Amino acid sequence: MDVPARLAPYFARRGWSLHPHQSAMLERAEEPALLLVAPTGAGKTLSGFLPTLAALSEDPRPGLHTLYVSPLKALAADIRRNLLAPVEELSLPIRIEDRTGDTSQSARRRQRADPPHILLTTPESLALLLSYEDAPRIFAGLSRVVVDEIHALAESKRGDQLFLGLSRLEALAPGLRRVGLSATVDDPEDIARLLARNPDPCAILHAPPGEEPDLSMLDAGRAPPWAGGAALHAIPAVLEEVKRHRTTLIFHNTRAQAEVFFHNLWLQNDDALPIAIHHGSLSREQRSNVEAAMLRGELRAIVCTGTLDLGIDWGDVDLVIQMGGPKYVKRLVQRIGRANHRAGVASKAILVPANRFEVLECTCAIAAAREGDLDGTPRGPGPRDVLCQHILIRACAGPFAADDLYAEVRSAGPYADLSRPDFDDCLEFCATGGYALRAYDRWKRLLLRDGLWQLRDPRAAKRIRMNIGTIEDTGSLNVRLRSGTHLGEIEEYFASTLTPGDTFLIGGQVVRFESLRELTVEVTRRPNATPRVASFGGGKFPTSIALTRRILDLLQQPSWPDLPRHTADWLALQRRVSKLPQADWMLVETFEAEDRWHAAFWGFAGWNAHQTLGLLLTQRMEARGLDPLGFVATDYALLVTGLREIEDPASLLDPTDLREGFETWLQGNAVMKRTFRGVATIAGLIEKNLPGSRKTGRQATFSTDILYDTLVRYDPDHLLLKVTREQAQHGLVDFGRIEEMLSRIQGRVDHVRPGRVTPLAAPLLLERGRVPVAGAARERLMAEQAARLLEEAGLEELS
Amino acid sequence: MNGTAFSFTLNGTHGLALPSGALLLPKHELLCVSDLHMAKSERMARRRGLLLPPYETRATLDRLSQDIATAKPACVVALGDSFDDLAASEALDPEDRARLLALQDGRRWVWIEGNHDAGLNAHGGEGRESLTVGGLTFRHIAEADAAPGEVSGHYHPKHGLPGFGERCPCFLLDSRRLVMPAYGTYTGGLDAREPVLRGLFGGQALAVLTGPRALAVPLPPARRLSREA
Repeated sequence: MDVPARLAPYFARRGWSLHPHQSAMLERAEEPALLLVAPTGAGKTLSGFLPTLAALSEDPRPGLHTLYVSPLKALAADIRRNLLAPVEELSLPIRIEDRTGDTSQSARRRQRADPPHILLTTPESLALLLSYEDAPRIFAGLSRVVVDEIHALAESKRGDQLFLGLSRLEALAPGLRRVGLSATVDDPEDIARLLARNPDPCAILHAPPGEEPDLSMLDAGRAPPWAGGAALHAIPAVLEEVKRHRTTLIFHNTRAQAEVFFHNLWLQNDDALPIAIHHGSLSREQRSNVEAAMLRGELRAIVCTGTLDLGIDWGDVDLVIQMGGPKYVKRLVQRIGRANHRAGVASKAILVPANRFEVLECTCAIAAAREGDLDGTPRGPGPRDVLCQHILIRACAGPFAADDLYAEVRSAGPYADLSRPDFDDCLEFCATGGYALRAYDRWKRLLLRDGLWQLRDPRAAKRIRMNIGTIEDTGSLNVRLRSGTHLGEIEEYFASTLTPGDTFLIGGQVVRFESLRELTVEVTRRPNATPRVASFGGGKFPTSIALTRRILDLLQQPSWPDLPRHTADWLALQRRVSKLPQADWMLVETFEAEDRWHAAFWGFAGWNAHQTLGLLLTQRMEARGLDPLGFVATDYALLVTGLREIEDPASLLDPTDLREGFETWLQGNAVMKRTFRGVATIAGLIEKNLPGSRKTGRQATFSTDILYDTLVRYDPDHLLLKVTREQAQHGLVDFGRIEEMLSRIQGRVDHVRPGRVTPLAAPLLLERGRVPVAGAARERLMAEQAARLLEEAGLEELS
Repeated sequence: MNGTAFSFTLNGTHGLALPSGALLLPKHELLCVSDLHMAKSERMARRRGLLLPPYETRATLDRLSQDIATAKPACVVALGDSFDDLAASEALDPEDRARLLALQDGRRWVWIEGNHDAGLNAHGGEGRESLTVGGLTFRHIAEADAAPGEVSGHYHPKHGLPGFGERCPCFLLDSRRLVMPAYGTYTGGLDAREPVLRGLFGGQALAVLTGPRALAVPLPPARRLSREA
């Protein structure tokens, strides 16, 4: 199909013609659901809007025609600018506006009264729009919805909320056409199923793959360090690469690593190359300054995190550097696409391993990316905490019949298999709290009147609207020195576990926690102290199963001619003094070092699962009097430290016992409580935001930990506990990965006692972030500490 | 020195700070608990539309029953803010109400008035503004110029040991007064180093942490006021 007549001059002036997949999008504009899978730079977004522009240029009838939803506010603004170019040049009478959390109140009111033709928004802003009583009027004439970066949304609760929103839109505007735009993924059918109205089919269009990317691992001139994630050894080589290219994006896996690297990069940036930093903890103003400088072509490099993963067009990037193991091949491929963001030019990317293990991970990730062997992230059915929020949002918009809403929800892909009892549980939770003890007859949230559910107190709508969204707000708190110097941010949850005097790491330095005031954590510098408290790594996510498998395969090679010499020698030595881990056996090495016994469990189940395994194993060791002192987890292994050798590691790994520990003992643990906190917030058990002020959860309410303990004790079958256990299969607890590991090893444990630290285990001894065991040993230490303090203070008299 | 309970003498009267957060005067067979905040969930539902797990009264009574069964006191003093407000007290679940009355059987029960539940008189026992037993005077809110031997609640003090995780409810004690931890299940807490609380005590003071055992530690100096305050 050709360029629509009214748009033709715009294309002709630029010498553009339509890509085949763009014509196909026009030809198939009437498909009820259509997913376009295209590599970065294939003109994906324009493809999504062509049918809309074609229709509106012919018939610019008033009212909302197309809704565009993307995961990023910045993307909505960016797309608006890009769409306005042809519309303004051709003087088309099409109104295009964005609506996000940053849009002013007056603009929002106007948009509701008089919607533009094209509205660009986010899943949260859409949910908010759907909560208004006039939603039926706003969306009555809607013909198309375009979901951008659908592959990213499909991985999270934000996507679940969006797909529920689509089911609502379908009810308000029957016959709505759905378009999804996705980066290259391993599972387009799965994404298509989420997009389409269940059980309707969804057509899939594939754009031709881009040029083969130019991928390599950095030769820093020396071996990377044994442990750690900062990759500071690579700074000179990275600066050289920056000099050799026009514009470089330097991706890091965590904000903390990005900060540390950026700081040290500038210490060595003798040529004062203009290099900036961009990540989610920086203020909006700082970020938009960096973005503007980038667009003006003033920067040679940006040190960044996942915030730059998605499709904002940065123009002139010709090199992507990935610092540290990429964890997911899929994400690596998408990051690579940030370079040469134009069709027909090969992207160039360099991977920089921060330690020896990451040499293996980077090598395997490069091979997988070249083969297009992408790793999937299997997700279970739509989570019910998101459904609870959806029910409350629906109630804000007006009375509804349960049968209607159930049918509607089932039409959303993630909830296609939702049973009626499960739906009714959620409705019951929203109405009464869903407790075994019927305590809230007078204060129900929802009432059934004349067969329709409605808010008992319509004023509740305001509070519900204020708490819409599924992004887990970790509630960052600023960390400052008394002098006022800002050091960075830590998660509120982590801050809440700190006691004055605790030392922890931030921005590469050790500080002592002094006090918590409003939104600020006051600390003092303690350069010589050892950090006592491990920060729960915010944004730490584990290496994918597929990538882990590749690493295990690599380890089983007879020799490693393709690996750098230092790494190949390291593996060969390990093979001589111990064994190399393999997929279907669990290698456990026990050895003595520094007056302690250590046991390295080579589980290859990812950081989160190893962390959970560490909690479970040390708890069992405690019960058996094995005196565990603590453990440290990495993506590949768990290292448990104690006063005695573990003589029978296989018995600790008994699957029945581990599962029982997950069901019983782990329930009381902080990681489960943290999972519950997210569930309780999304489902509306507690409120994050209160009318009239911006308060953090900490000030607005009391500890969700106590609510959790109370439920576990008095109402163990409560809906939110079920949801918490389901979600603990993934995410922070990641018990699903432990199950995956157990089914791999089938009880085969290979216990090696090499008589010394092994080459593979040595780096584990250097890892930071050891988790102490809260057992009898700790109670003893606490009592000793208290006695010492009393004596120092001369206070024994009072006792 | 640190055992299961923490033993001390205040104004000539011997007391035990129990790990549960209750205070026992063995000689007077008196058990004191403060800030129970029963039926808080009912008040939250009524005032804010939140439907929290409605089990905090049950959880609080469970612990109180245990302490009473162990200590077998002749007198129980609830040191104020026993209910989250008067309406919450009236809305108490019938089963919880019956349990509460059963606990009063065969012993004296004193409700000290708090700021949340002033005027309370619906659950048996006697209501008072304050009570003097031995060398101790029980009232809800500490008075700056109180005579030695004052026992009060109200502030929900919390404190922790560096390196040992989250802060927990604690008793605060010096040679003149004692401030009790909140005993209720859904009660927040105030940092023991907050000047408003720390200022009630002299330089030499103790915090007795509740938990698996009562653990006494020195109470550090008040937190400095931050610049903006």
